[in-house]
Amino acid sequence: MITSEEIKKLEGIAREIRIDILGMLNEAKSGHTGGSLSATDIVTALFFSKMKHQPKDPEWAGRDRFVLSKGHAAPLLYAVLAKCGYFSRDKLMSLRKLKSSLQGHPDMRKTKGVEVSTGSLGQGLSMANGMAIAARLNRSKSRTYVLLGDGESQEGQVWEAAMSAAHYKLDNLCAILDNNGLQIDGPTKEVMDIDPLPEKWQAFNWNVLTIDGHNFGEILEALASAEVVKKKPTIIIAKTIKGKGVSFFENKVRYHGIAPSDEELENAFMELRREEN
Amino acid sequence: MTDLVGTRDIYGETLARLGEFNQNIVVLDADLSASTKTGVFAKKYPERFFNMGVSEQDMMGTAAGLAASGKIPFASTFAIFATGRAWEQIRQSIAYPRLNVKIVASHGGITVGEDGASHQSIEDIALMRVLPNMTVIVPSDGVETNQVIETIIEYQGPVYVRVSRGKTPLIFDESYRFEIGKGKVVLEGNDATVFTMGTMLYKSMEAARMLKEEGINIKVVNLSTIKPIDKELVIAAARETKAVVTVEEHSVIGGLGSAVAELLGENCPVFLSRIGIQDRFGMSGNAEDLLKYYGLTPESIAIAAKNVIKKKMELIHDPDLSCK
Repeated sequence: MITSEEIKKLEGIAREIRIDILGMLNEAKSGHTGGSLSATDIVTALFFSKMKHQPKDPEWAGRDRFVLSKGHAAPLLYAVLAKCGYFSRDKLMSLRKLKSSLQGHPDMRKTKGVEVSTGSLGQGLSMANGMAIAARLNRSKSRTYVLLGDGESQEGQVWEAAMSAAHYKLDNLCAILDNNGLQIDGPTKEVMDIDPLPEKWQAFNWNVLTIDGHNFGEILEALASAEVVKKKPTIIIAKTIKGKGVSFFENKVRYHGIAPSDEELENAFMELRREEN
Repeated sequence: MTDLVGTRDIYGETLARLGEFNQNIVVLDADLSASTKTGVFAKKYPERFFNMGVSEQDMMGTAAGLAASGKIPFASTFAIFATGRAWEQIRQSIAYPRLNVKIVASHGGITVGEDGASHQSIEDIALMRVLPNMTVIVPSDGVETNQVIETIIEYQGPVYVRVSRGKTPLIFDESYRFEIGKGKVVLEGNDATVFTMGTMLYKSMEAARMLKEEGINIKVVNLSTIKPIDKELVIAAARETKAVVTVEEHSVIGGLGSAVAELLGENCPVFLSRIGIQDRFGMSGNAEDLLKYYGLTPESIAIAAKNVIKKKMELIHDPDLSCK
């Protein structure tokens, strides 16, 4: 049972995460705003409610794994990891700078809490499959979560991996698709239509759930129901809004890959803090 | 040198043998387990074998995930599909994060034979050598292959190993000790050095024997680790003989010949001749016919050696010739 207090708590954390994402992107003067904000609620739910993990012992063998296949949402992952306590929040301001542990895209060798290195799209699901297979071989209850982008789903490797996960009946694996409908060059429908997504994943023998990716009740319910499905991997197709949380970034193609200016940052903070009260 | 052994066969046997002692070994293949010989392991340890179907990119990513969780994955398919089809997956998911994945690819070179250019791999060493963190090894016979597989299980980090389809004579005996990054002088001589690896080692030794009958002494060096290359040995041999030939079943661009040329160009420039595939694709044919067609024979190695020796002697008599 998901309580309204739990949901309120997560909404508050998500707001703080969004504030950190925008702050670090503004400081870095480059990076991916839209796709970090669209997935904020999903990743917040995972790290602050669902996943078993120990920030003080990042290598703990029994931990659940999270793979950020859409690696350009690195600011989101970093903000979440810092808030969990994997590293100090001050570090966020070093994003994308020379010799920083916070690379433009996640680097498992540089950043505590980052499970695998991603950035080149389409590769995360295969790696998550490997982790899920390893957990099974180790008779571990550890679960593997992987966040995919919808533009990313145009990569052929995603579908090779979709086939493998179903073939090996990886019921300890749960993919979440951040279905914000936009990519750098425009709406996904116009650039390269990948619909219908639920039917595609069903045809690949996955358990498919479709939710509102900004509704914590629906996110947590879907994650819980994925855990009880046997012999099949689950994908949660989360309908999201690119740039979610800041009105003037929402559903704007332009903000896929640019950072907020000082003025935009100020206005965004005002909006997010207004929401808080 | 009468026993003929396929390095891929030894790979399969060794993997199956070591699987018993190390439970962390897992094996992946892309629908070629009968050809790569991972099928031997699959039969013995079906629960640790994963056939990924014809999807090399997914195979490399899955191997990366297994390694990130502490397993020692071996990923096998034909050399060109492993390194060519899945190059960027190897770069992003394996080499960049230095994950402990062992890519052991069979059917390197043109001795793949009848299948022709699409299945032959004359680019794999170049493709793997350019990746930071990657170790590149091409064992030269069955004995060495066995030791290479044993060694890379203990080594932490990504490794590319090329084995071959054809059967070649055993060169080393059981006293041989393979070490990553160490070359081995297999025949002594001081007129010229032949650096080689893989299927071309015994051809190079044959060339040295032919030349010996003419009174020419060739040093033959097995450089089974192409990366990290044995700098000391290569420079010392070049300094001593002042004439070098490289021989490989690979393009002369980017492989062993390039590695030796880069090293000597910066440290000890000497006359150099690179024997290999001269910037063109392979074709169908049986392995021996192809080796003859592309000039990978003891005869052509001997001619190349004589040429560099001749240039060296001319230079000794007229130092101004160095760049002519």
